[in-house]
Amino acid sequence: MTIAAKQKYETVIGLEVHLQLNTATKIFCGCANKFGEAPNTLTCPVCLGLPGSLPVVNAKALEYAMKVGLALNCKVNPFVKFDRKNYFYPDCPKAYQISQFDLPICSNGYLMIETEEGEAKEIRINRAHLEEDAGKLIHDDKNNCSLVDYNRTGTPLMEIVTEPDLRSAQEAYNYLQNLKLTLQYLNVSDCDMEKGSLRCDANISIRPMGAIKLGTKTELKNMNSFKAVKAGLEHEIHRHMAALESGQAIIQETRLWDETRAMTFAMRSKEEAHDYRYFPEPDLVPFMMEGAAIETTRKSLPELPAKKRERLMEQYRVSAYDANILIQDPALADFFEECSKHYKDTKTICNWINGPLMKELNTRKTRLADIGLRPEDFTVLMHKVNEGILSNLAAKDILRFMIDTQRSVDTIIEEKGLAQVSDDSTLEKLVQELIKEHHNIAEQIRNGKESAIGFLVGQAMRKSQGKANPKKIGGLIKKLLT
Amino acid sequence: MISENDVKYAAALARIHLEDDEASRLTKDLEKILDYINKLNTLDVKDVQPTSHVLPLKNVYREDRIRPSLTQKEVLKISVEQQEGSFKVPKVIE
Repeated sequence: MTIAAKQKYETVIGLEVHLQLNTATKIFCGCANKFGEAPNTLTCPVCLGLPGSLPVVNAKALEYAMKVGLALNCKVNPFVKFDRKNYFYPDCPKAYQISQFDLPICSNGYLMIETEEGEAKEIRINRAHLEEDAGKLIHDDKNNCSLVDYNRTGTPLMEIVTEPDLRSAQEAYNYLQNLKLTLQYLNVSDCDMEKGSLRCDANISIRPMGAIKLGTKTELKNMNSFKAVKAGLEHEIHRHMAALESGQAIIQETRLWDETRAMTFAMRSKEEAHDYRYFPEPDLVPFMMEGAAIETTRKSLPELPAKKRERLMEQYRVSAYDANILIQDPALADFFEECSKHYKDTKTICNWINGPLMKELNTRKTRLADIGLRPEDFTVLMHKVNEGILSNLAAKDILRFMIDTQRSVDTIIEEKGLAQVSDDSTLEKLVQELIKEHHNIAEQIRNGKESAIGFLVGQAMRKSQGKANPKKIGGLIKKLLT
Repeated sequence: MISENDVKYAAALARIHLEDDEASRLTKDLEKILDYINKLNTLDVKDVQPTSHVLPLKNVYREDRIRPSLTQKEVLKISVEQQEGSFKVPKVIE
């Protein structure tokens, strides 16, 4: 398809996210809300929908839902009720799902994202409601049957629905990233798409640029990672455009993203359209969300990522790039703020966190909280480099030993003999040797090729196992050769 | 007006099998019921709150504390067929 053809259309996307809340128990009964247990070991008459059982709402699930709504700038509705959504499927033992239809707990919110052009854009949230999850189905092709595990049945889910405000796959991706980060700050879910604790479906349509009427939409499912959402949407947008360009119509249908084949295909659907016959859940009484409780919850919200980013840039003069890395983990941002009490230069702290520290965390596949590193010890490294006692290289080594052995910087310097050598006579001897070994290079420097000095400094660092003071070495080379 | 097709559709959604004579009888019954319900539409209810529950109760909830679940053995007693700790059902494909 030509670029001109692509520019004829505007993409319209709305996302529907299902979020598993990490309460201790299910939403309507006391069964544990846990992943990975033996099948059918976390059920009871309530979540199995056995006759005579009655659901009772988990107060924590309501509180979490309120938190999510407030963090997404939603209105928490004063009157909340639950409804039955009726359908037959083996993963739903009651033959209905308790959900919310016309009076969701939260509505009319927004989340800010950054567009591809780097501009701030508001993505409106239509609603966020509470419901129960369904069981897990495994298809056994060999025995031509399906196996049902009801452990997940009745675990609390939040459904967060945007308005069709997203205009590209990249915007959808940015929205999901921001949403995930915000939710992680609230600590209400582990937000792991691969584990299914955050799931995303999309509604996609395209329309001629400037048109108001929406085109025919398709619903896209089965995108199991953030990357898959982007790839799936890109593919589906392209499919819509190619169809319209060749004069074909888009059929309104649900399609599945096939990651391995990198394409979408229509889901086999039953003949009858979905008709869920919602009606008010008679087993649950309504809830009045008191203004005072909403305010208490609002005040209990942590500083959210967008706010934190702004404050870090303002208060510590941190660059947007550094701030973005710091806010990815609130513990990391807190760590940075603690460090700033022990070392004045916040840019250096950022460099140390975003460089060597992140590298250590990534190679260990661990989080800051798990390595027992104290800000006052971490900043000692910066002081020692600044004072010329440690080279940058040696300091990075020491960081690794600190994490491995939990010993102090001074102990490690002593044990490993890593103190930087700044003593003039020792360094001069080293430089003399190098001039002999690399006389061609030395000659070039004598002839005014300043850029060759770096090479000799590098060699000096290698020879001294990172202990030589590079600044002094550079000075000595200049002194001896120019 | 309720058609026989409406009745058959509702029956299919509820997984109820109807013979033709049942469908036509139920169509007439349902028509009468809806006529009766329609009388409510003549009332002025603009100042009446919709009823969402018949009991005068609100805000009934429980604390987030784990209670013992049934064992797998107990649960599978109500299954028609079982396999590897799961309920075995005819194959369903999304």
